[in-house]
Amino acid sequence: MLSPGDLSAIRLTLELATVTTALLLLIGTPIAWWLARSRSWLKAPIGALVALPLVLPPTVIGFYLLIALGPNGPVGQLTQALGLGLLPFTFWGLVVASVLYSMPFVVQPLQNAFEAIGERPLEAAATLRASPLDCFFTVVLPLARPGYLTAAILGFAHTVGEFGVVLMIGGNIPDETRVVSVQIYDHVEALEYTQAHGLSAGMLAFSFVVLLALYAFNPNRKRP
Amino acid sequence: MTDKRIHARFRLDWPGFALDVALDLPGRGVTALFGQSGSGKTTLLRCIAGLERAPGGQLDFDGEVWQDGGRFVPTHRRPLGYVFQEASLFPHLTVRRNLEYGRKRVPAGERRVPLDQAIDLLGIGHLLERRPGRLSGGERQRVGIARALAVSPRILLMDEPLAALDLKRKQEILPYLERLHEELAIPVLYVTHAPDEVAHLADHLVVLEAGRALASGPLTETLARIDLPIRLGEDAGVVLDAVVVERDAEWNLACVEFAGGRFWTRDSGAELGRHVRVRVLARDVSLALAPHTGTSIQNILPGTVAEIGDDSHPALALVRLQVGASPLLARLTKRSAASLGLQPGMQLWVQVKAVALIG
Repeated sequence: MLSPGDLSAIRLTLELATVTTALLLLIGTPIAWWLARSRSWLKAPIGALVALPLVLPPTVIGFYLLIALGPNGPVGQLTQALGLGLLPFTFWGLVVASVLYSMPFVVQPLQNAFEAIGERPLEAAATLRASPLDCFFTVVLPLARPGYLTAAILGFAHTVGEFGVVLMIGGNIPDETRVVSVQIYDHVEALEYTQAHGLSAGMLAFSFVVLLALYAFNPNRKRP
Repeated sequence: MTDKRIHARFRLDWPGFALDVALDLPGRGVTALFGQSGSGKTTLLRCIAGLERAPGGQLDFDGEVWQDGGRFVPTHRRPLGYVFQEASLFPHLTVRRNLEYGRKRVPAGERRVPLDQAIDLLGIGHLLERRPGRLSGGERQRVGIARALAVSPRILLMDEPLAALDLKRKQEILPYLERLHEELAIPVLYVTHAPDEVAHLADHLVVLEAGRALASGPLTETLARIDLPIRLGEDAGVVLDAVVVERDAEWNLACVEFAGGRFWTRDSGAELGRHVRVRVLARDVSLALAPHTGTSIQNILPGTVAEIGDDSHPALALVRLQVGASPLLARLTKRSAASLGLQPGMQLWVQVKAVALIG
């Protein structure tokens, strides 16, 4: 029932979501840590900036990314100068867009987890000779594990589910940027409802299982 | 005193709270930082630990500068042990791994307290494989103390370690703290607002009020100051170190010897030769010019009037007495003081109606 094009879209989607989630956990950790611990006045503006993708239409993000990453944009000029070429309409362009677009879904659970740990375990670790970095790896990470699980699941699922940003920044290039959501759009446009059903039902089942897992692991967790 | 080895000077100006203390503290024994909540005792302890930064503060410990000007040794590089009010064990680690957490971060050559000794001292051998979530409050606190000892600290800081516990748990832990007091060769700074903990444990007393140190000195002498009657609880009084020297089984009495004489008191079961503390309240001490016979009072000792001062009520006087090498406080009305013709230097008889044996 799934065509080779469908399978390619699924593989691409999983690759994109995996790479994006991994990068987001790396980038999101220091950002969430800073947001959880800082008393700087910058905390509110940075927090708002990170949360922007929650409310902005994906087309807006896609549009500005397109300009920034494009041949005349600052990032585009940088990537060209570095010999990386241009990012729009490539897999890595999609990764950059997805990282920004899914950022709040990773940063906010991590920030909540860090805030819930509080000051005391860090102080206890310091009185037990642990340097701040040592303490982060031996106390904070283990205690924040549920937060990391939530962040990874949400970041992954949200990346799988994106459409607007992908269309704006990635276009619709088979094997390169055509992910499942775009493939479904194509099927519908072409009135291939059977194929659209196959992929859509798969997405539906996937999303349900992911959220089920999330709520089953953390029955009391707050929504992001 | 030549062993004043901790010099601390801190000023903090926070909204609604100011700390301004300059203290020299002994390098051995238990120093109680005593005061009501809001007096700054915990903040002072946190400054000493480096958990709180007081800009411009100064702190020397045993010849090492921990804070001075731009120099600030971070907490994890200070050779201290810290016991928090609520144990603050790591919930993701077993008791054993909690104990090992600090210990394995100390260079092997600096580990002076064997882990087994810390475990024995606090009686937690049977808890090692449990998670903190499965311990009672008293057990958690004992693990917290052992964990702090396991880093072989050169100073132990304790922030109201018993305050979060009910009376029963307190009494469960107090004996362990007394053992620490006897067996530990390092100074302990002990924050508390509980008079009985001071009476049990302290050798040196710092009284804090509204961010300032009202008094700092050896326990007995500080308690005997009449210019600054420091009430441990409901009444002024002194705490003396003593040894059990005799027990009278027929009358259930024990005789304790202190630097100045002997007291008979109710026998609480302390064996002969045991070091104990006795507390004598000012209201239980009366004075006589001649040694009375035909009185119900058993403890009558010769003493000298050292100083006479006002008490809280205008009718009352507080008299500091010297009995041998020990000070005592007596409270009497100013009328009796006048009718006895009390003067500093005067010799008289000190009648002690009640002596409480503690620890």
